[in-house]
Amino acid sequence: MIKLKVFRKNIENFENKNVFYAIRDKSIFKNKKILIAGGGDSALDWTNELSKDSNVTLIHRRKEFRAAPDSVSKMQELETKGKIKFIKGQIKKISKIQDSRIMLEYENDDEKSNIEVDYLLPFFGLKMELGPIAEWGLNLHENLIKVDTEKFQTSTPSIFAIGDINWYPGKLKLILSGFHESALMAQEVFKYCFPDKKNIFRYTTSSKELQKKLGV
Amino acid sequence: MPKLIITDRSGKKSEIEYDSNFTLMETLRDNGYDIEASCGGCCACATCHVYIDEKWTNRLKDMDDEEESMLDQAFDVKNNSRLSCQIELSEELDGIEIEIAPE
Repeated sequence: MIKLKVFRKNIENFENKNVFYAIRDKSIFKNKKILIAGGGDSALDWTNELSKDSNVTLIHRRKEFRAAPDSVSKMQELETKGKIKFIKGQIKKISKIQDSRIMLEYENDDEKSNIEVDYLLPFFGLKMELGPIAEWGLNLHENLIKVDTEKFQTSTPSIFAIGDINWYPGKLKLILSGFHESALMAQEVFKYCFPDKKNIFRYTTSSKELQKKLGV
Repeated sequence: MPKLIITDRSGKKSEIEYDSNFTLMETLRDNGYDIEASCGGCCACATCHVYIDEKWTNRLKDMDDEEESMLDQAFDVKNNSRLSCQIELSEELDGIEIEIAPE
């Protein structure tokens, strides 16, 4: 899973310089002008948090937010007090301007405007994409990882893939299948983790040892 | 059988017949259109985003909060944006025109 980009064009050139999809060190935002995009928990939580030490503007395509009601009221309170700004709109373009600042063009009901900031923090959720895994040299099938159906091992021994990320003939994207894949995979992984131990197959319904481990 | 008119991402228009037992997303996917629909149709992603021709938007059932919230994750959302997995293709929609939104 990778973070959803705010838009497609030209954003890569700004990533990890002016654009961050996750925050590791919030001190870099101190006294800076920041645009936060999105309407979920991450967007609202960071708007509220960073408003303490930064000049924060929140941009979202509508006035309703899917974030927790408590964070939404906090944000609205900050807006009323003039501690943050809220813009209704969608970001369309990014460009570089002097002093390492960036300019964002956004649209609201076909009306275009610009905002100049130091940082853009888009929080739009996650997207199913392989990301860096695509470069690991594993055999792929249409952006999914090929596995065998005995061990759910990839083309590189000791790397396994289960769930929606894998592909094999007859693959069904079901939670049920995910559990089945994990059980078979675990049998093989056991050999890698404990090469000297014997794996004894047991059921939780009858094994006293497993029941003890589970506390039932 | 009722029909729907689709404009794909390259701008090519085509007409396909549909079965009113399926959603718009299922119909597009099963006809080989490039629509990701990664969550499989349970309104948990925004990868089946389409635009509905303005003439038809009022004839569809209103969007619920869940669909509107998921659209927050889509690109280029317009007033006629919908998630195709939430559109049930009834017989009355015969002739509906839709466009697949950019990826």
